[in-house]
Amino acid sequence: MLHVTKSVTIHRTPEAVYRFWRDFSNLPQFMLHVRSIVTSGDRRSHWVVAAPAGQTVEWDAEIVEDRPAQQIAWRSLEGSDIQHEGVVRFEKAPADRGTEVHVEFRYDAPAGRAGAAIATLFGEEPTQQVRDDLRRLKQVMETGEVVRSDGSLEGAGQGASRQRAAEAPQSEVER
Amino acid sequence: MKATCWMGKHNVEVRDVPDPQILNQSDAIVRITSTAICGSDLHLYNGFMPTMEKGDVLGHEFMGEVVEVGRSVQKLKVGDRVVVPFTIACGNCWQCRHENWSLCENSNPNAALAEKTMGHAASGAFGYSHLTGGFAGGQAEFARVLFADVGPLKVENGLSDEQVLFLSDILPTGYMGAEMCNIQPGDTVAVWGCGPVGLFAIKSAYLLGAERVIGIDRFDYRLEMARTKCGAETVNYEQVESVAETLKEMTAGRGPDACIDAVGLEAHGHGLAYMYDRSKQAVGLETDRPIAVREAIMACRNGGTVSIIGVYAGLVDKFPLGTLMNRSLTIRTGQCHVHRYMRPLLERIQNGEIDPTMVITHRLPLADAAKGYDLFVKKEDNCEKVVLRA
Repeated sequence: MLHVTKSVTIHRTPEAVYRFWRDFSNLPQFMLHVRSIVTSGDRRSHWVVAAPAGQTVEWDAEIVEDRPAQQIAWRSLEGSDIQHEGVVRFEKAPADRGTEVHVEFRYDAPAGRAGAAIATLFGEEPTQQVRDDLRRLKQVMETGEVVRSDGSLEGAGQGASRQRAAEAPQSEVER
Repeated sequence: MKATCWMGKHNVEVRDVPDPQILNQSDAIVRITSTAICGSDLHLYNGFMPTMEKGDVLGHEFMGEVVEVGRSVQKLKVGDRVVVPFTIACGNCWQCRHENWSLCENSNPNAALAEKTMGHAASGAFGYSHLTGGFAGGQAEFARVLFADVGPLKVENGLSDEQVLFLSDILPTGYMGAEMCNIQPGDTVAVWGCGPVGLFAIKSAYLLGAERVIGIDRFDYRLEMARTKCGAETVNYEQVESVAETLKEMTAGRGPDACIDAVGLEAHGHGLAYMYDRSKQAVGLETDRPIAVREAIMACRNGGTVSIIGVYAGLVDKFPLGTLMNRSLTIRTGQCHVHRYMRPLLERIQNGEIDPTMVITHRLPLADAAKGYDLFVKKEDNCEKVVLRA
């Protein structure tokens, strides 16, 4: 069982952050390992998550609680390889500070290939990864897109978090 | 394109690197016309800033002409002439909205790295290690400028590159150093370091109403510049027994009302304290040599303000917290919130209140950047400020 809670403050209203999150197809914009989420109907979604060695892990999820501008909770459907559930709360931050976003994720990885893939995926720092995801959510909400550095050309949301030199000299790129 | 690359300690080379590209829709690409070597670049050159990688493009003081803009850029267009602030700020986060631009919460993609060493991350910056985002710098032919509608200052009048280039960093940094002193009528301000930032701090302190400003350095040519170009009184710290005692005497026992540290983590000094810091830093037990800031704290009058604009990276030893506390001193500090000062200082330049070109001693082509670093770090040929023409 992997259980992570993390939070971030975003300089937008709870309504705005809620609206963005409520459309689950937006989530891969900032969740590094989530390759795609396809929604069907109002509450169902199909998640494809990148796993090590080019593999993917997939599951279907359903929204189980939806309180506009306050909270969204979802969980994977029975029969999925991985039991995943998440809840995100949107709370007004003090004065003009915007919105506190509190997330809680659980992954129950049973035995077998999928379980091992999830364990490897999150490695030793699942909390840091969720923290980084929330930082990218903040960038998207406040600036419109994930901020990319020359030093992270692969960028976020496309499967890479490794940094390389700001600009490798041409000769070494060719090598 | 050609760019000045950090190739290791004491080693920079102008090399061919890939041209910058638009990576975010709010980016612009600028063809650089003038750029400069900053004193803080020497901390990278001398290997005191962590997270530099071989090949990183240096430079955070630059200006030029916009040659390409991203889809969402509205205020800038191709052909505009701009000066670029060295700190990168999104303009939309809580800190930017409160004009704390160097604390932008969105511009450092490596914030996680910075949080591990500093607790919280500051903004991104150009050409200043991976701790500030790994962004390529501007000692190059071209640079990618993030948040093009937020940072770059358009310069449309007849001012030369040399008159406006330093709005990118050192002029606002010196000015903020003086502004943080909250100068009152009759105040004496002491400034440690008469490099370009120190000179601008001296000049700004006078503009903000200081009665007297005292510049402290060990190079006679710099002290001479402080006197003749900025009207300061000066102290050569190698020629006095104690800077604090000297300042006390110069102010009839009171001490300077405000003290500005425009030196930072590679301070020099003499005597035991300097040897202590030098050796601890050499073996990695201390990242910074806080000699100037220690002196500034000791010298400051009771209830006065110590303003730190010299760059520090990490940890220091023997920090005189006791005197700070018992004598009701105020510490003000920060990387410069450049965006806050660019326009008002441009006006002061236009009005003739300040002439930033006074600090320039060397003009070199970009191809000679390595020579510029060498001159600057060795203080050869009375080197105060090197401007590179791309």
